[in-house]
Amino acid sequence: MSAATLTVSQIGYVNKAFWRNPSSAFFTFAFPLMFLVIFTSLLGHGTVHLDGRAVHQSTYYVAAMAAFAVITACYNNIAIGVSFQRDAGILKRTDGTPLPPAVYFTARVAHALFVAVLLVAITVTFGALVYHADVPSGAALLRFLVMLLVGAASFSALGFAVTAVIPNAEASAAIVNASILPLLFLSGIFIPLGDNSPSWILWIARVFPVRHFANGMQAGFLGTRFDWTDVLIVGAWGLAGLVMAIRYFRWEPRT
Amino acid sequence: MALTGPGEPGGSNPSALRSAGRPGDGPPDRDAAIVVRGLRKSYGDVVAVDGLDLEIRRGEIFALLGPNGAGKTTTVEILEGFRTRDAGSVAVLGCDPGSERRRIKSRVGIVLQSTGVDPYLTVAETIAMYAGYYPHPRPVDEVIELVGLAAKHDSRVLKLSGGQQRRLDVAIALAGDPELLFLDEPTTGFDPSARHEAWEVVRNLATLGKTVLLTTHYMDEAQNLADRVAVVAGGRIVAEGSPSSLGGRDTAIARIRYRVPSGLRPPAELDGVPDPDGFVELRPADLTATLHALTGWALEHRATLDTLQIVRPSLEDVYLHLTDGAPGSPS
Repeated sequence: MSAATLTVSQIGYVNKAFWRNPSSAFFTFAFPLMFLVIFTSLLGHGTVHLDGRAVHQSTYYVAAMAAFAVITACYNNIAIGVSFQRDAGILKRTDGTPLPPAVYFTARVAHALFVAVLLVAITVTFGALVYHADVPSGAALLRFLVMLLVGAASFSALGFAVTAVIPNAEASAAIVNASILPLLFLSGIFIPLGDNSPSWILWIARVFPVRHFANGMQAGFLGTRFDWTDVLIVGAWGLAGLVMAIRYFRWEPRT
Repeated sequence: MALTGPGEPGGSNPSALRSAGRPGDGPPDRDAAIVVRGLRKSYGDVVAVDGLDLEIRRGEIFALLGPNGAGKTTTVEILEGFRTRDAGSVAVLGCDPGSERRRIKSRVGIVLQSTGVDPYLTVAETIAMYAGYYPHPRPVDEVIELVGLAAKHDSRVLKLSGGQQRRLDVAIALAGDPELLFLDEPTTGFDPSARHEAWEVVRNLATLGKTVLLTTHYMDEAQNLADRVAVVAGGRIVAEGSPSSLGGRDTAIARIRYRVPSGLRPPAELDGVPDPDGFVELRPADLTATLHALTGWALEHRATLDTLQIVRPSLEDVYLHLTDGAPGSPS
């Protein structure tokens, strides 16, 4: 088999295993929609000021939860899934076969990307039907897709990278959540950041990739300014993650 | 498959076998699947493998027998390419697993000591997935038949019993139709019937002409499966030979056991402290002479020696003798 057909067949097996694992499929798909409903019900009645424009908070949350869904599908799922596979000896077995490592990584990332796109489509459809959120179209849609692909790939790479500091599968969920949850809050995913947010929070949002990724996603939905710098910063984080993953990735359990 | 050397009439001299595997003894055997010379590996201050020599011919089932921590798994994982070595030369199918690992990967099958597969795929899907990694895979259904999982063809892995999962491990290792198979403690933790099933699978492999290197700490496993056995203790091979001749057990240290007839006192060289069953045990340097002396003495005193036994050491006796006091180390 060529590397390409091998990758495609590998994606197929990753996909089969994903859908047959009830908890991974449930959490990946239920959380973003659940959070969308909860946050919109609690906080979704006002307006948010972005770029000097007033935006309905419900629409804001559709974009934010789409970003959240992508991060869950890529960063969380890969980091936790790979940690479990590593502890179970699946990775070591794979390392003993002639499967090129690049095919293994590409298949996982491609599958995460596929799930991310599906999640965004569901979130957007749900948002459009229930909250009358705008759906990206035209040139905005293209820019939105660029951000989506760069973001999904980057958060996947970071998911692989973080497995280097995860000692075992039991610790994986805790470490993943500890690394991403504060950032989600500090990047305005759950509670919109305003001009009067504390400057240290704004600085954290500026340094880490979550806010930049959400900016790019929002531009598609809300018609706010699309800034290619956001794409570059997210991509740079992804590249750093890739380098870390290549340098520190381990096929064997870190006992 | 061709039965190999140590099955020769009269058994073989283990020390002669071993010296054939020393460095500088001429060109490596073309029929060798694995040649190891002077292998060393330490983890920090702990020496796991300490100058190990090994030569395994193509088509034979070879068992590395030894206690936990003897260095079996470290040795095998160096051969498989998972670990680096500190010193020594290693050739697996003519390649160095350290520098030419990629060339070996498609020609060997590996069953690790503890290993998993995705629990949500079926048996057939799992084997097909791994088969796809190899250039010349064996048909999936044939592999499933070979390991006796035909009834579980479409079962998900998480529904399999421990013994069935181990057979799936073997099936995955066979999927690429390898020339050489590594089985690291394939039956540890099995109940007796699951072990016999697993042995049946390994015997099937032999009929396919595969070379098998298996590690075990079960005596009966080595005895039942292997053409040749090497005992590992303290990171080196302490004995090597066929299961029936290992440690010279077919030729050496036979013991004489008998009950001293009541009312008699044998001469000092034939006497000993009786065990709880009343048997005196002798370990004569010369069996024939001692036996002659003993029976001569009994005839002289018109005593009967109906309980007389000549006992050869079991594989377990040899093993325990060889590995006694062997230092343990992390495996």
